[in-house]
Amino acid sequence: MSQAQTLERVADGSPGGSRLAAAAGASRIHFEGISVTYGETTVLEGLTLTVNPGEIVALIGPSGSGKTTALRAVAGFVRPSAGRISIGARDVTDIAPHERNIGMVVQNYALFPHMTVAENVAFGLRARHIASRVVAERVPACLDMVGMRAYAQRYPRQLSGGQQQRVAIARAIAVKPQVLLLDEPLSALDTQIRRAMVDEIARLHRDLPELTVLYVTHDQTEALTLADHIGIMRDGRLQAFDRTRPLYQSPPTRFAAEFLGRANLLAVSKFLPIAYGRARVSIAGMSLEARNPHSLPPERRALLCIRPHHLRLAAASPAANRLLAAVESVQWQGEVLNLSLGIGDDRLLMTCPPGGSPPTIGSRIEVFCDPADVSLVPEDADRR
Amino acid sequence: MLVWSRSGRLLVWALVVPLMLVIYGLPMGVIVVASFARQWNGVLPSGFTLAHYAASLEGDSLASLTTSLATGFIASAVALISGTWAALALREVPRQRARLFDVLFFVPSAVPSVSVGLGLLVAFSHPPFLLNGTRWIVLAAHFVLISAFTYGNVRAGLTRVPLACEEVASSLGASPFYRLRRVTLPLLAPYLISAFSLSFALSMGELGATIMVYPPSWVTLPVHIFALSDRGAVFDAATLTTLLGLATVIVLTALSRLASRAAVR
Repeated sequence: MSQAQTLERVADGSPGGSRLAAAAGASRIHFEGISVTYGETTVLEGLTLTVNPGEIVALIGPSGSGKTTALRAVAGFVRPSAGRISIGARDVTDIAPHERNIGMVVQNYALFPHMTVAENVAFGLRARHIASRVVAERVPACLDMVGMRAYAQRYPRQLSGGQQQRVAIARAIAVKPQVLLLDEPLSALDTQIRRAMVDEIARLHRDLPELTVLYVTHDQTEALTLADHIGIMRDGRLQAFDRTRPLYQSPPTRFAAEFLGRANLLAVSKFLPIAYGRARVSIAGMSLEARNPHSLPPERRALLCIRPHHLRLAAASPAANRLLAAVESVQWQGEVLNLSLGIGDDRLLMTCPPGGSPPTIGSRIEVFCDPADVSLVPEDADRR
Repeated sequence: MLVWSRSGRLLVWALVVPLMLVIYGLPMGVIVVASFARQWNGVLPSGFTLAHYAASLEGDSLASLTTSLATGFIASAVALISGTWAALALREVPRQRARLFDVLFFVPSAVPSVSVGLGLLVAFSHPPFLLNGTRWIVLAAHFVLISAFTYGNVRAGLTRVPLACEEVASSLGASPFYRLRRVTLPLLAPYLISAFSLSFALSMGELGATIMVYPPSWVTLPVHIFALSDRGAVFDAATLTTLLGLATVIVLTALSRLASRAAVR
C-alpha cells in the first residue's frame, strides 16, 4: 500500500476523516475580479483566475506584484475590497480562515516552536477535533510521506531548514485540505536543498494527485518544474496566464518573456506573416523565420524572442535562419559557455556547451536558431 | 568599550567595585545588619539578636507581609489578564488608534503615585462607587499603577510572536480561542511571566498611593515599615525591609526560572 493510500485509508477511517475526504473532491480555487486595496494603494487589481482540481498553479512575479496578496486572500488573511473567491462550490470570501479547509506552507516554516514535530503535525487534526485514534495513525503516515518519521519527537529548533519545511508540508497535508497554499516555501533554503525540495514536492503531488496547489514564488525554476499553469503578476495585475510550456515557448508579453526564463528580445524592423502560423522577420538587415503564435498583424510593433540556449553556432547547422553577430565577450562557466553577441544595436546572449575552441572576442560568427524555437512578442502589450 | 591592558583592567575594577559597594551594597548591608542589631550607637552595632525576626513573624508584621503578598499577586494577576487582553485586542486596531490607547495606558505610570492615590480617594469615596475604607481601593490603586507596565511588556512581547505561526494555526482549522490557547499564549509565556514579575515587584514596593488609600484592615508591608520607622522602631523596620526584599527576590527568582524554561522551548 502506498503512502498516499495509507493516508487515504486513515482519512476514511474516522467521522472527521470522511468529512474531510468528501470535501477534497471539490477543490477548485476561483478568483472572480479580486481587488485588494490598503488606503490609496491598490496591491491587487481585478484578479480573475481559476485553479482546477488537482492542478498546481504557480503565481510568479517580482516583489510587490501582488502574488502573495492573492494567496493570502484565498487563505482569508487579506479581505478583498472587491470580487469573490470560491473554493470548490463554496464562496469563501466572507468565511473565517479556520473554516476554509486549506493547508498553508510559508517561507519561514512557521512551525510551532513549543511543540514537537509530531505535535506540530497533529495540531490541525486536534484543532478539528479528529478522534485521537485517527490522529495517532495519520501523524506517522504524513511524516512518512515527507521522510521525517524518525524525527517525530524532536523540536523544530533541532531540525535543519529543509527538515523544518518537510514538517511544515506534512502538517499542512495532515488535515486533508481542499487546497494547499505554498507561499515561497523554498525561498529560505540554499540552492542544493531547494532543488531536492522541488523534487519532493513534485513526488508529493504525484502521491496526492487530487490536491489542488496554489504556489507563489519568485523562482522561475520552481514554477517551470512544478506548475501545470503559470500566472505572471506585475503591479497587482495578472500579466499572463497559460499552461507552463506554451507560456514559456510563446510569451504573450515582453515582461512574461523576460521574467519566465532568460530571453533575448530583439527589435523587429518589419515582419510578414506567412503560412503555418509563422512570419518572415527582418532584424538588422537580416531575415529570419519565426513563429507568430499570437497572430500579430504586420502593422503591429513586435520583438523577436530568442532564448539563449536556442542559439547554436552555425558551422554544423542548416544554412537558413542564421544571424551574423560580433562576439563581445566569452565566459566559461564549467558546464556552459556564455557568449555575448552584438547584432546592430541589440545585444544577444547565447549559451552553449563548452566543447571545442570557443570563438574569440571581436570575431564575427554566424549563429543559427530553429524557427520553431523563436517567436514574435507584441511590443506594446504590457499593461503598466 | 574594551580595556585591553592588564593595568587598565585593574584600574577599572578598582574604581567600579568600591562604587558599586557604596551605591548598592552599603544601603542594603546597613539594613540587613540593623535587622540583627540589639543596639547601634557607634560605627557598628554593639550586639546582635534574632528577636526582631521572631517579632516580625507574628501579629501585625506577619499580617502586613501576607497582605503585601496577596496584594501583589492579585493586582499583578488582574493587570496581567487585562493588559494581555488589551495588547491582543489592540493588535487588530489600526496603528494610529492603537497609539492613542498606548498613551492612555501609560498615563498612570507618568503621574506621581500620590496623585493616583488621591484621585482614587476622591473618585471612590461616594456612592455608587464607595470603595474607600475597603481593601478593594488598595487593589485598585496597585492595579492602576502597574497595569501600564504589564501592558507595555506584553505588547512588546507580542511583536516577537511570529504572526505566521498564528496564521498557519488558523489555516489548519484552529478557532481563534484554540489558537490563542495553544499557540499565542504559549509563545507569549516568557513575556507574560516577566510582565507579572515586574508588576509584582512594583506592587511589593508601592507606598505613595497605598498610604493615601489604605484602610486599617489592609496594611501593606511598605506602609507598616513606614509606620514603624516613623515611630522610631528602626530595627523592626529594617527587619521587615529585609523580609520584604527576601520575599520579592524569592518570588522573582522562581518566576525567572519559569520564564527561562518557557523561553528555551
